Amino acid sequence: MSSSEQPSSPGLKPFVAILRREFAGYFRTPLAYVFLAVFNAFAVSLAFFVGGLYESRVASLDRFFLYLPWLWAFLAPAAGARLWAEERRQGTIELLLTWPITVWQVALGKFLAAWLFLACALLMTLPIALTVGYLGDPDWGVIASGYVGSLLCAGACLGIAAIASALTRSQVIAFVTGFLACFVLVLVGYGVFDDLLTGLLGPAAVDEFRRLGLWRNLEPFTLGLIDARPTAYFLTVAFAGLGLSTIIVERR
Amino acid sequence: MPLIEAKNLSKSYGAIRAVHAVSFSVDRGEVVGFLGPNGAGKSTTMKMLTGHLRADEGTAVIAGFDIADQSVQAKQHLGYSPEGAPAYGEMTVREFLRFAADLRGLANPAESVRKTLELCRLGEVAAQTIDTLSKGYRMRVGFAQAVIHDPEVLILDEPTDGLDPNQKFEVRRILKEMAARKAVIVSTHILEEVGELCTRVIVIAKGEVRCDESRDKFLARGSDLNAVFRQLTA
Repeated sequence: MSSSEQPSSPGLKPFVAILRREFAGYFRTPLAYVFLAVFNAFAVSLAFFVGGLYESRVASLDRFFLYLPWLWAFLAPAAGARLWAEERRQGTIELLLTWPITVWQVALGKFLAAWLFLACALLMTLPIALTVGYLGDPDWGVIASGYVGSLLCAGACLGIAAIASALTRSQVIAFVTGFLACFVLVLVGYGVFDDLLTGLLGPAAVDEFRRLGLWRNLEPFTLGLIDARPTAYFLTVAFAGLGLSTIIVERR
Repeated sequence: MPLIEAKNLSKSYGAIRAVHAVSFSVDRGEVVGFLGPNGAGKSTTMKMLTGHLRADEGTAVIAGFDIADQSVQAKQHLGYSPEGAPAYGEMTVREFLRFAADLRGLANPAESVRKTLELCRLGEVAAQTIDTLSKGYRMRVGFAQAVIHDPEVLILDEPTDGLDPNQKFEVRRILKEMAARKAVIVSTHILEEVGELCTRVIVIAKGEVRCDESRDKFLARGSDLNAVFRQLTA
């Protein structure tokens, strides 16, 4: 080894290395496959047995997308729990923070890898779309926009999970806090707090409040509308979570 | 220009003052033994030198680059093995070193990995996951990631902790091989290592530098190093 091997311009190499390691990390343990299987089983069961996708005799996936926020509230914190908590527990965070790469590059690489993992889970539900296509004549544009919305929704949940993971060295605590926070956001969208809020703030505020929930923002996508406002909502939650978690890691 | 400069480093955890106004510099060719009782502030000082912790006051300069303001450049010249040699246990030794090489943006990562495996005598466990390694090998993996880019500055937090005498000898051998071209700081609480490894000694206690002198001068303080250590750190 000689000093001539000092890096000239590392460029994107370190970032790609993080992304690749993190993504592969999900598949190093059987846990990933368990989660993918659970996600798929629940996504399909909820759509068919609770949503009555088959009985509705309509070639559309809106009943499938309807329940996805519940699953993301569970799966995104499960995938996001390890982002920082595991680095803290293993002590490897000390390596990451003393290697010549900025915390922001590390954070973005980790976040995108987790998002990609969730995208894989979503991709595995494609057979349900093909089934609907086989049985009827669905509007493929609407289905595509539903998938786009679901992926964005997953990113928002992951942003919340990232914050939870940055705050603790325990993956279990990171998962539970992340799950609870996402769960509340799902409930908000369903109007669970409506009665309480009508008394406090009046009916006009209630509708605005509902817009802060996950479901209200996913709904337009399932109808084939890719609107700016819900898109901005999901991306804001996702990247605010990413940013905040990075600041937490940097400050410690 | 010294390769390592600690300028007035201070750090408190709440009301506890961990490190107070620590200053020193290390030149190329020096191996500084960083001594002190547990909780003296050795690790905290090293964490500030390497950019893991932000200093409350003061700063550190690595190879001419400020660790806070020019952190990426400073870290390119730095190899650091934290206490306990943390690593990704689920990766194999080769994967982990490759990851370290890629992260550092090395021009020829495969070649760097090969040379480092050879230097640290890790070839026979290269395909094993780090979780399955004995402590001696694991410490060597931590050391290997710190030297994979042949850095000018090497900071090692207790690299021989928990090793058997043969393994300690091995780590010292590798360190001696490369020490002449580098500025090295090695923390330890094994006093015997001073005579075998170091060219200079810094004793730290209660967050302050108690003594900073050449090895010979330190060894001349008395034949019973344990007594010398107790007296300096009291």
